[in-house]
Amino acid sequence: MAEGWVDACASDGVDQEDVIRFDHAGKTYAIYRTEDDQYFATDGLCTHEQVHLADGLVMGAIIECPKHNGRFDFRTGAAKGAPVCVNLATWPVRVEGGRVFLKIG
Amino acid sequence: MKNAGIIIVGAGEAGARAAIDLRAKGHVGSLTLVGEEAHAPYERPPLSKAVIVGAAPPVLPAIADAAALADHGVKRLAGVSVLAIDCAARTASLSDGRTLGYDVLVLATGARPRKLSLPGAEAAMTLRTYEDSLALRANFARGRKIVIIGGGFIGLELAASARALGCDVAVIEAAPRILMRVVPAPIADIVAARHRQAGVEIRTDAGVARMERADGRIVVLLVDGGVIAADCVVAGIGAIPETTLAAAAGLQIDNGVAVDGQLRTSDPNIYAIGDCASFPHPLYNGLRVRLEAWRNALDHGSFVAASILGETGVYQAVPWFWSDQYDLCLQIAGIAGEGPQTVERDLGDGALMLFHLNNDGRLAAASAVGPLGKIAKEIRLAEMLIARRAEPAAAALASPSVKLKSLLSA
Repeated sequence: MAEGWVDACASDGVDQEDVIRFDHAGKTYAIYRTEDDQYFATDGLCTHEQVHLADGLVMGAIIECPKHNGRFDFRTGAAKGAPVCVNLATWPVRVEGGRVFLKIG
Repeated sequence: MKNAGIIIVGAGEAGARAAIDLRAKGHVGSLTLVGEEAHAPYERPPLSKAVIVGAAPPVLPAIADAAALADHGVKRLAGVSVLAIDCAARTASLSDGRTLGYDVLVLATGARPRKLSLPGAEAAMTLRTYEDSLALRANFARGRKIVIIGGGFIGLELAASARALGCDVAVIEAAPRILMRVVPAPIADIVAARHRQAGVEIRTDAGVARMERADGRIVVLLVDGGVIAADCVVAGIGAIPETTLAAAAGLQIDNGVAVDGQLRTSDPNIYAIGDCASFPHPLYNGLRVRLEAWRNALDHGSFVAASILGETGVYQAVPWFWSDQYDLCLQIAGIAGEGPQTVERDLGDGALMLFHLNNDGRLAAASAVGPLGKIAKEIRLAEMLIARRAEPAAAALASPSVKLKSLLSA
Protein backbone atom coordinates (compact mmCIF):
# COMPACT_ATOMS: atom_id res chain seq x y z
CA MET A 1 0.00 0.00 0.00
CA ALA A 2 1.27 3.46 -0.91
CA GLU A 3 2.62 5.91 1.59
CA GLY A 4 0.23 7.49 4.03
CA TRP A 5 -2.26 4.60 4.10
CA VAL A 6 -2.75 3.00 7.50
CA ASP A 7 -4.11 -0.51 8.02
CA ALA A 8 -7.07 0.15 10.32
CA CYS A 9 -9.11 -3.04 10.66
CA ALA A 10 -10.53 -6.10 8.94
CA SER A 11 -13.32 -5.26 6.53
CA ASP A 12 -15.65 -7.56 8.46
CA GLY A 13 -14.58 -5.88 11.71
CA VAL A 14 -17.35 -3.34 11.04
CA ASP A 15 -20.92 -4.55 10.79
CA GLN A 16 -23.15 -3.39 7.97
CA GLU A 17 -24.79 -0.04 8.76
CA ASP A 18 -22.49 0.42 11.74
CA VAL A 19 -19.38 2.20 12.95
CA ILE A 20 -16.25 1.43 14.94
CA ARG A 21 -13.67 3.57 16.65
CA PHE A 22 -10.06 3.52 15.43
CA ASP A 23 -7.21 5.25 17.26
CA HIS A 24 -3.94 6.06 15.52
CA ALA A 25 -1.00 8.32 16.39
CA GLY A 26 -2.82 10.09 19.17
CA LYS A 27 -5.95 10.77 17.13
CA THR A 28 -9.29 9.02 17.08
CA TYR A 29 -11.30 8.17 13.97
CA ALA A 30 -14.64 6.59 13.16
CA ILE A 31 -14.89 3.99 10.38
CA TYR A 32 -18.29 3.34 8.82
CA ARG A 33 -19.70 0.55 6.69
CA THR A 34 -22.93 1.10 4.78
CA GLU A 35 -25.56 -1.51 4.11
CA ASP A 36 -24.11 -1.98 0.61
CA ASP A 37 -20.57 -2.44 1.94
CA GLN A 38 -19.10 0.96 1.20
CA TYR A 39 -16.58 2.19 3.76
CA PHE A 40 -16.03 5.75 4.99
CA ALA A 41 -13.97 7.42 7.71
CA THR A 42 -14.29 10.64 9.66
CA ASP A 43 -12.73 12.24 12.69
CA GLY A 44 -13.82 10.25 15.71
CA LEU A 45 -15.13 13.01 17.94
CA CYS A 46 -18.32 15.01 17.54
CA THR A 47 -17.70 18.68 16.72
CA HIS A 48 -20.18 19.76 19.42
CA GLU A 49 -18.60 18.18 22.48
CA GLN A 50 -15.79 15.67 22.78
CA VAL A 51 -17.87 12.55 22.38
CA HIS A 52 -16.90 9.42 20.42
CA LEU A 53 -19.16 9.09 17.41
CA ALA A 54 -18.48 5.35 17.29
CA ASP A 55 -20.79 5.08 20.31
CA GLY A 56 -23.61 6.51 18.20
CA LEU A 57 -26.14 5.00 15.84
CA VAL A 58 -25.71 4.69 12.06
CA MET A 59 -28.85 5.01 9.95
CA GLY A 60 -28.29 5.01 6.22
CA ALA A 61 -25.47 7.50 5.64
CA ILE A 62 -26.09 9.37 8.90
CA ILE A 63 -24.13 9.03 12.12
CA GLU A 64 -25.81 10.41 15.23
CA CYS A 65 -23.79 11.63 18.18
CA PRO A 66 -24.65 9.37 21.15
CA LYS A 67 -24.92 12.26 23.54
CA HIS A 68 -26.96 14.97 21.91
CA ASN A 69 -28.09 13.39 18.64
CA GLY A 70 -26.20 15.83 16.47
CA ARG A 71 -26.26 14.34 12.98
CA PHE A 72 -23.61 14.13 10.27
CA ASP A 73 -23.56 12.64 6.79
CA PHE A 74 -20.47 10.48 7.24
CA ARG A 75 -19.80 10.36 3.48
CA THR A 76 -19.20 14.12 3.34
CA GLY A 77 -18.85 15.08 6.99
CA ALA A 78 -21.70 17.59 6.60
CA ALA A 79 -23.42 18.63 9.85
CA LYS A 80 -27.18 18.05 9.55
CA GLY A 81 -28.63 20.41 12.12
CA ALA A 82 -28.67 21.52 15.76
CA PRO A 83 -26.85 21.18 18.01
CA VAL A 84 -24.03 20.56 15.55
CA CYS A 85 -23.06 23.22 13.04
CA VAL A 86 -19.38 22.43 12.36
CA ASN A 87 -18.72 19.77 9.73
CA LEU A 88 -16.68 16.64 10.44
CA ALA A 89 -13.38 16.05 8.71
CA THR A 90 -13.48 12.99 6.42
CA TRP A 91 -10.61 10.72 5.39
CA PRO A 92 -10.00 8.61 2.27
CA VAL A 93 -10.67 4.89 2.66
CA ARG A 94 -9.60 1.86 0.58
CA VAL A 95 -10.50 -1.76 1.08
CA GLU A 96 -7.98 -4.35 -0.13
CA GLY A 97 -7.48 -7.99 0.72
CA GLY A 98 -10.12 -7.94 3.43
CA ARG A 99 -8.49 -4.98 5.19
CA VAL A 100 -9.64 -1.36 5.55
CA PHE A 101 -6.98 1.31 5.00
CA LEU A 102 -7.26 4.99 5.94
CA LYS A 103 -5.14 7.72 4.35
CA ILE A 104 -4.21 9.45 7.58
CA GLY A 105 -0.44 8.92 7.67
CA MET B 1 -45.41 35.51 8.74
CA LYS B 2 -41.91 35.97 7.34
CA ASN B 3 -42.11 39.74 7.93
CA ALA B 4 -43.62 39.61 11.41
CA GLY B 5 -41.93 41.41 14.28
CA ILE B 6 -41.03 38.75 16.81
CA ILE B 7 -40.00 39.06 20.45
CA ILE B 8 -38.55 36.05 22.22
CA VAL B 9 -38.64 36.32 26.01
CA GLY B 10 -35.87 34.23 27.53
CA ALA B 11 -32.44 33.59 26.02
CA GLY B 12 -31.76 30.03 27.17
CA GLU B 13 -31.57 26.94 24.96
CA ALA B 14 -35.16 27.18 23.71
CA GLY B 15 -35.20 30.92 23.09
CA ALA B 16 -31.81 31.05 21.42
CA ARG B 17 -32.62 28.04 19.24
CA ALA B 18 -35.91 29.60 18.18
CA ALA B 19 -34.13 32.80 17.18
CA ILE B 20 -31.43 31.02 15.18
CA ASP B 21 -33.90 28.69 13.49
CA LEU B 22 -36.32 31.47 12.58
CA ARG B 23 -33.55 33.07 10.56
CA ALA B 24 -32.36 29.75 9.17
CA LYS B 25 -35.91 29.04 7.97
CA GLY B 26 -36.18 32.39 6.21
CA HIS B 27 -37.77 34.80 8.66
CA VAL B 28 -36.89 38.34 7.55
CA GLY B 29 -38.83 40.50 10.04
CA SER B 30 -37.34 41.96 13.19
CA LEU B 31 -36.23 39.48 15.82
CA THR B 32 -35.51 40.52 19.39
CA LEU B 33 -34.15 38.10 21.99
CA VAL B 34 -34.71 39.44 25.49
CA GLY B 35 -32.99 37.76 28.41
CA GLU B 36 -32.36 38.87 31.96
CA GLU B 37 -28.92 37.29 32.13
CA ALA B 38 -25.95 39.36 31.00
CA HIS B 39 -24.28 36.50 29.11
CA ALA B 40 -24.59 35.25 25.60
CA PRO B 41 -27.10 32.36 25.44
CA TYR B 42 -25.49 29.25 26.89
CA GLU B 43 -26.13 25.55 27.44
CA ARG B 44 -27.15 24.61 30.96
CA PRO B 45 -26.25 20.89 31.12
CA PRO B 46 -22.51 21.59 31.69
CA LEU B 47 -23.32 23.78 34.71
CA SER B 48 -23.51 20.77 37.05
CA LYS B 49 -20.51 19.04 35.45
CA ALA B 50 -17.83 20.53 33.18
CA VAL B 51 -18.12 24.12 34.41
CA ILE B 52 -17.54 22.93 37.99
CA VAL B 53 -14.84 20.30 37.46
CA GLY B 54 -13.15 21.70 34.34
CA ALA B 55 -9.68 23.26 34.33
CA ALA B 56 -9.37 26.91 35.32
CA PRO B 57 -10.54 29.31 34.15
CA PRO B 58 -14.11 28.08 33.66
CA VAL B 59 -15.62 28.75 30.25
CA LEU B 60 -19.18 29.79 29.47
CA PRO B 61 -20.70 27.00 27.32
CA ALA B 62 -22.09 29.49 24.82
CA ILE B 63 -24.67 28.50 22.19
CA ALA B 64 -24.13 31.61 20.10
CA ASP B 65 -22.04 34.63 21.06
CA ALA B 66 -22.99 38.23 20.41
CA ALA B 67 -21.27 38.25 17.02
CA ALA B 68 -23.03 35.09 15.89
CA LEU B 69 -26.42 36.47 16.92
CA ALA B 70 -25.66 39.74 15.13
CA ASP B 71 -24.74 37.70 12.04
CA HIS B 72 -28.19 36.11 12.25
CA GLY B 73 -29.76 39.55 12.53
CA VAL B 74 -30.98 38.85 16.05
CA LYS B 75 -31.26 41.88 18.31
CA ARG B 76 -30.10 40.70 21.71
CA LEU B 77 -31.23 42.60 24.78
CA ALA B 78 -29.05 41.23 27.58
CA GLY B 79 -29.65 41.99 31.22
CA VAL B 80 -33.19 43.10 30.39
CA SER B 81 -36.39 41.48 31.56
CA VAL B 82 -39.93 41.77 30.30
CA LEU B 83 -42.13 43.19 33.06
CA ALA B 84 -45.51 42.90 31.40
CA ILE B 85 -47.24 41.86 28.20
CA ASP B 86 -50.33 43.63 26.87
CA CYS B 87 -51.97 41.01 24.66
CA ALA B 88 -54.58 43.37 23.26
CA ALA B 89 -52.09 46.09 22.29
CA ARG B 90 -49.44 43.48 21.42
CA THR B 91 -46.73 45.24 23.39
CA ALA B 92 -44.12 44.16 25.92
CA SER B 93 -42.86 46.50 28.66
CA LEU B 94 -39.17 46.10 29.41
CA SER B 95 -37.20 46.68 32.59
CA ASP B 96 -35.14 49.33 30.77
CA GLY B 97 -38.28 51.46 30.46
CA ARG B 98 -39.01 50.77 26.81
CA THR B 99 -42.15 49.28 25.32
CA LEU B 100 -41.78 47.08 22.23
CA GLY B 101 -44.54 46.11 19.84
CA TYR B 102 -44.78 42.61 18.41
CA ASP B 103 -46.72 40.52 15.94
CA VAL B 104 -45.63 37.28 17.57
CA LEU B 105 -44.20 36.76 21.03
CA VAL B 106 -42.49 33.59 22.26
CA LEU B 107 -42.25 32.84 25.96
CA ALA B 108 -39.11 30.87 26.76
CA THR B 109 -38.88 31.88 30.39
CA GLY B 110 -37.66 28.53 31.73
CA ALA B 111 -37.96 27.40 35.32
CA ARG B 112 -36.46 28.42 38.62
CA PRO B 113 -35.14 26.14 41.35
CA ARG B 114 -37.65 25.16 43.98
CA LYS B 115 -36.58 26.56 47.35
CA LEU B 116 -36.54 24.61 50.56
CA SER B 117 -39.23 25.62 52.97
CA LEU B 118 -37.78 25.18 56.44
CA PRO B 119 -35.99 27.27 59.07
CA GLY B 120 -32.56 28.33 57.85
CA ALA B 121 -33.34 27.37 54.25
CA GLU B 122 -31.56 30.45 52.90
CA ALA B 123 -28.24 28.78 53.73
CA ALA B 124 -28.76 26.34 50.85
CA MET B 125 -27.40 27.18 47.41
CA THR B 126 -29.24 26.24 44.22
CA LEU B 127 -28.21 25.77 40.59
CA ARG B 128 -29.76 27.37 37.55
CA THR B 129 -27.40 29.97 36.12
CA TYR B 130 -23.75 30.17 35.15
CA GLU B 131 -23.14 32.35 38.24
CA ASP B 132 -24.71 29.65 40.43
CA SER B 133 -22.33 27.15 38.86
CA LEU B 134 -19.29 29.35 39.46
CA ALA B 135 -20.35 29.80 43.09
CA LEU B 136 -20.56 26.03 43.53
CA ARG B 137 -17.19 25.61 41.85
CA ALA B 138 -15.70 28.04 44.37
CA ASN B 139 -17.28 26.08 47.23
CA PHE B 140 -16.35 22.58 46.09
CA ALA B 141 -12.80 22.64 47.41
CA ARG B 142 -10.88 19.51 48.41
CA GLY B 143 -11.76 18.20 51.85
CA ARG B 144 -14.86 20.34 52.30
CA LYS B 145 -18.09 18.78 53.49
CA ILE B 146 -20.88 19.19 50.96
CA VAL B 147 -24.46 18.26 51.80
CA ILE B 148 -26.78 17.90 48.84
CA ILE B 149 -30.50 17.88 49.52
CA GLY B 150 -32.32 15.96 46.82
CA GLY B 151 -31.29 12.78 44.99
CA GLY B 152 -32.49 13.73 41.50
CA PHE B 153 -30.40 14.39 38.39
CA ILE B 154 -29.05 17.77 39.51
CA GLY B 155 -28.24 16.65 43.06
CA LEU B 156 -26.49 13.48 41.91
CA GLU B 157 -24.54 15.20 39.15
CA LEU B 158 -23.36 17.74 41.71
CA ALA B 159 -22.45 14.93 44.10
CA ALA B 160 -20.31 13.33 41.39
CA SER B 161 -18.67 16.67 40.57
CA ALA B 162 -17.96 17.38 44.23
CA ARG B 163 -16.40 13.93 44.67
CA ALA B 164 -14.27 14.49 41.58
CA LEU B 165 -12.91 17.59 43.30
CA GLY B 166 -12.14 15.70 46.50
CA CYS B 167 -15.04 16.87 48.63
CA ASP B 168 -16.71 14.80 51.32
CA VAL B 169 -20.29 14.41 50.07
CA ALA B 170 -23.62 13.42 51.62
CA VAL B 171 -26.89 13.25 49.67
CA ILE B 172 -30.12 13.61 51.65
CA GLU B 173 -33.19 12.20 49.90
CA ALA B 174 -36.70 12.36 51.34
CA ALA B 175 -38.01 9.44 49.27
CA PRO B 176 -37.21 5.76 49.92
CA ARG B 177 -34.64 5.82 47.09
CA ILE B 178 -32.85 8.23 44.77
CA LEU B 179 -34.24 9.17 41.33
CA MET B 180 -37.71 8.22 42.53
CA ARG B 181 -39.59 10.27 39.94
CA VAL B 182 -37.14 9.68 37.10
CA VAL B 183 -36.11 6.04 36.67
CA PRO B 184 -37.23 2.62 37.95
CA ALA B 185 -35.58 1.04 40.98
CA PRO B 186 -33.18 -1.35 39.16
CA ILE B 187 -31.53 1.58 37.40
CA ALA B 188 -31.55 3.81 40.48
CA ASP B 189 -29.88 0.96 42.40
CA ILE B 190 -26.98 0.88 39.92
CA VAL B 191 -26.56 4.64 40.19
CA ALA B 192 -26.71 4.54 44.00
CA ALA B 193 -24.10 1.77 44.09
CA ARG B 194 -21.78 3.80 41.87
CA HIS B 195 -22.10 6.81 44.19
CA ARG B 196 -21.42 4.70 47.25
CA GLN B 197 -18.41 3.17 45.52
CA ALA B 198 -17.17 6.73 44.92
CA GLY B 199 -17.54 7.44 48.63
CA VAL B 200 -20.77 9.43 48.62
CA GLU B 201 -23.01 8.90 51.62
CA ILE B 202 -26.63 8.55 50.52
CA ARG B 203 -29.35 8.85 53.15
CA THR B 204 -32.84 7.99 51.94
CA ASP B 205 -36.15 8.47 53.78
CA ALA B 206 -34.36 11.42 55.32
CA GLY B 207 -35.97 14.80 55.89
CA VAL B 208 -34.24 18.01 56.84
CA ALA B 209 -35.84 19.74 59.82
CA ARG B 210 -33.80 22.94 59.82
CA MET B 211 -30.41 24.45 59.18
CA GLU B 212 -28.33 26.70 61.42
CA ARG B 213 -25.14 28.61 60.89
CA ALA B 214 -22.49 27.98 63.54
CA ASP B 215 -18.74 28.64 63.57
CA GLY B 216 -18.65 29.37 59.85
CA ARG B 217 -20.38 26.11 59.03
CA ILE B 218 -23.93 25.09 58.28
CA VAL B 219 -25.44 22.56 60.67
CA VAL B 220 -28.07 20.43 58.97
CA LEU B 221 -30.52 18.93 61.46
CA LEU B 222 -32.46 15.97 60.17
CA VAL B 223 -35.99 14.97 61.14
CA ASP B 224 -34.70 11.68 62.59
CA GLY B 225 -32.40 13.59 64.94
CA GLY B 226 -29.26 13.22 62.81
CA VAL B 227 -26.89 16.16 62.56
CA ILE B 228 -24.45 16.94 59.75
CA ALA B 229 -22.05 19.87 59.87
CA ALA B 230 -21.45 21.11 56.31
CA ASP B 231 -19.28 23.69 54.63
CA CYS B 232 -21.77 24.02 51.81
CA VAL B 233 -25.38 22.91 51.36
CA VAL B 234 -27.02 22.65 47.95
CA ALA B 235 -30.72 22.05 47.35
CA GLY B 236 -31.68 20.19 44.17
CA ILE B 237 -35.33 19.55 44.83
CA GLY B 238 -36.92 20.35 41.52
CA ALA B 239 -37.91 23.38 39.53
CA ILE B 240 -40.95 25.58 39.17
CA PRO B 241 -41.99 26.81 35.72
CA GLU B 242 -41.56 30.55 35.29
CA THR B 243 -45.13 31.55 34.52
CA THR B 244 -45.47 34.87 36.34
CA LEU B 245 -45.41 36.97 33.20
CA ALA B 246 -47.82 34.69 31.33
CA ALA B 247 -50.27 34.55 34.23
CA ALA B 248 -50.26 38.32 34.61
CA ALA B 249 -51.00 38.61 30.89
CA GLY B 250 -54.06 36.41 31.38
CA LEU B 251 -52.71 33.37 29.53
CA GLN B 252 -53.97 29.94 30.51
CA ILE B 253 -51.68 28.20 33.01
CA ASP B 254 -51.71 24.45 33.63
CA ASN B 255 -48.51 23.20 35.26
CA GLY B 256 -46.68 25.76 33.15
CA VAL B 257 -47.89 27.97 30.35
CA ALA B 258 -50.50 25.84 28.59
CA VAL B 259 -49.93 25.49 24.84
CA ASP B 260 -51.52 23.44 22.08
CA GLY B 261 -49.87 20.98 19.71
CA GLN B 262 -48.32 23.86 17.80
CA LEU B 263 -46.97 25.37 21.04
CA ARG B 264 -49.44 28.24 20.88
CA THR B 265 -50.81 29.65 24.15
CA SER B 266 -54.42 30.67 24.77
CA ASP B 267 -53.49 33.91 22.93
CA PRO B 268 -52.90 33.05 19.25
CA ASN B 269 -50.10 35.61 18.95
CA ILE B 270 -48.11 34.13 21.82
CA TYR B 271 -46.23 30.82 21.91
CA ALA B 272 -44.48 29.16 24.84
CA ILE B 273 -41.56 26.73 24.65
CA GLY B 274 -39.08 24.81 26.77
CA ASP B 275 -39.20 24.30 30.53
CA CYS B 276 -42.01 26.82 31.07
CA ALA B 277 -44.50 25.23 28.67
CA SER B 278 -46.93 22.36 29.15
CA PHE B 279 -48.23 20.71 26.01
CA PRO B 280 -50.46 17.78 25.04
CA HIS B 281 -48.38 14.85 23.84
CA PRO B 282 -49.91 12.86 20.95
CA LEU B 283 -47.88 9.75 21.80
CA TYR B 284 -49.54 9.58 25.22
CA ASN B 285 -53.19 10.19 24.33
CA GLY B 286 -52.76 13.92 24.61
CA LEU B 287 -51.45 13.75 28.16
CA ARG B 288 -50.34 17.26 29.12
CA VAL B 289 -46.63 17.19 29.91
CA ARG B 290 -44.03 19.76 30.89
CA LEU B 291 -40.46 18.64 30.35
CA GLU B 292 -37.41 20.10 32.05
CA ALA B 293 -34.94 18.84 29.53
CA TRP B 294 -32.26 20.14 27.22
CA ARG B 295 -33.46 18.20 24.19
CA ASN B 296 -37.04 19.35 24.64
CA ALA B 297 -35.87 22.97 24.82
CA LEU B 298 -33.89 22.57 21.61
CA ASP B 299 -36.68 20.73 19.79
CA HIS B 300 -39.30 23.22 20.97
CA GLY B 301 -37.12 26.09 19.75
CA SER B 302 -36.79 24.56 16.29
CA PHE B 303 -40.44 23.55 16.13
CA VAL B 304 -41.83 26.93 17.14
CA ALA B 305 -39.75 28.61 14.45
CA ALA B 306 -41.37 26.39 11.83
CA SER B 307 -44.79 26.79 13.44
CA ILE B 308 -44.57 30.61 13.38
CA LEU B 309 -43.57 30.49 9.74
CA GLY B 310 -46.71 28.58 8.83
CA GLU B 311 -45.94 24.87 9.12
CA THR B 312 -48.95 23.05 10.49
CA GLY B 313 -47.48 19.95 12.12
CA VAL B 314 -48.09 18.92 15.71
CA TYR B 315 -45.20 18.64 18.15
CA GLN B 316 -44.66 14.98 18.94
CA ALA B 317 -40.95 14.47 19.57
CA VAL B 318 -40.26 11.58 21.93
CA PRO B 319 -39.26 13.02 25.34
CA TRP B 320 -35.57 12.38 25.93
CA PHE B 321 -33.45 12.89 29.03
CA TRP B 322 -29.90 12.16 30.00
CA SER B 323 -27.56 12.44 32.95
CA ASP B 324 -23.84 11.78 33.34
CA GLN B 325 -22.39 10.80 36.71
CA TYR B 326 -18.78 9.59 36.89
CA ASP B 327 -18.34 7.15 33.99
CA LEU B 328 -22.05 6.24 34.12
CA CYS B 329 -24.51 7.53 31.58
CA LEU B 330 -28.26 7.46 32.01
CA GLN B 331 -30.58 7.95 29.09
CA ILE B 332 -34.35 7.86 29.01
CA ALA B 333 -36.62 8.01 25.99
CA GLY B 334 -40.35 8.44 26.48
CA ILE B 335 -42.35 8.76 29.68
CA ALA B 336 -41.65 5.76 31.90
CA GLY B 337 -44.71 6.39 34.06
CA GLU B 338 -46.92 5.67 31.03
CA GLY B 339 -45.61 2.13 30.74
CA PRO B 340 -46.50 0.00 33.77
CA GLN B 341 -45.17 -3.29 32.33
CA THR B 342 -41.38 -3.46 32.58
CA VAL B 343 -39.05 -5.68 30.54
CA GLU B 344 -35.33 -5.89 31.35
CA ARG B 345 -32.55 -6.29 28.81
CA ASP B 346 -28.96 -6.97 29.86
CA LEU B 347 -26.65 -4.85 27.68
CA GLY B 348 -23.43 -6.33 29.09
CA ASP B 349 -20.55 -4.56 30.87
CA GLY B 350 -22.89 -3.77 33.75
CA ALA B 351 -25.24 -1.82 31.49
CA LEU B 352 -28.96 -2.33 32.00
CA MET B 353 -31.91 -1.32 29.88
CA LEU B 354 -35.58 -1.32 30.85
CA PHE B 355 -38.50 -1.13 28.47
CA HIS B 356 -41.81 0.26 29.66
CA LEU B 357 -44.87 -1.07 27.84
CA ASN B 358 -48.36 0.32 28.30
CA ASN B 359 -51.43 -1.84 28.83
CA ASP B 360 -51.97 -2.19 25.08
CA GLY B 361 -48.45 -3.57 24.64
CA ARG B 362 -47.17 -0.35 23.10
CA LEU B 363 -43.67 0.80 23.95
CA ALA B 364 -44.10 3.94 26.06
CA ALA B 365 -40.53 4.46 27.24
CA ALA B 366 -37.10 2.94 27.69
CA SER B 367 -34.44 3.78 30.22
CA ALA B 368 -30.84 2.62 30.45
CA VAL B 369 -27.72 3.07 32.53
CA GLY B 370 -24.13 2.13 31.75
CA PRO B 371 -21.20 3.22 29.60
CA LEU B 372 -22.28 5.56 26.81
CA GLY B 373 -21.13 3.11 24.13
CA LYS B 374 -23.38 0.41 25.56
CA ILE B 375 -26.60 2.36 25.97
CA ALA B 376 -26.81 5.24 23.49
CA LYS B 377 -27.52 3.26 20.31
CA GLU B 378 -30.10 1.13 22.07
CA ILE B 379 -31.94 4.11 23.55
CA ARG B 380 -31.93 5.81 20.16
CA LEU B 381 -33.50 2.74 18.57
CA ALA B 382 -36.03 2.56 21.39
CA GLU B 383 -36.85 6.20 20.74
CA MET B 384 -37.63 5.36 17.11
CA LEU B 385 -39.80 2.44 18.19
CA ILE B 386 -41.70 4.71 20.58
CA ALA B 387 -42.22 7.30 17.84
CA ARG B 388 -43.65 4.57 15.59
CA ARG B 389 -46.02 3.43 18.33
CA ALA B 390 -44.46 -0.01 18.03
CA GLU B 391 -45.79 -2.98 19.98
CA PRO B 392 -42.66 -5.13 20.24
CA ALA B 393 -42.87 -8.59 21.77
CA ALA B 394 -41.63 -8.59 25.35
CA ALA B 395 -39.54 -11.69 24.64
CA ALA B 396 -37.69 -9.91 21.83
CA LEU B 397 -36.98 -6.89 24.01
CA ALA B 398 -35.65 -9.11 26.79
CA SER B 399 -33.29 -11.02 24.52
CA PRO B 400 -29.92 -9.32 23.87
CA SER B 401 -29.50 -11.55 20.82
CA VAL B 402 -32.45 -9.87 19.08
CA LYS B 403 -31.17 -6.61 17.62
CA LEU B 404 -33.47 -3.67 18.34
CA LYS B 405 -32.78 -2.44 14.81
CA SER B 406 -34.50 -5.56 13.49
CA LEU B 407 -37.68 -4.61 15.38
CA LEU B 408 -37.88 -1.30 13.51
CA SER B 409 -38.74 -3.01 10.25
CA ALA B 410 -41.18 -5.42 11.92
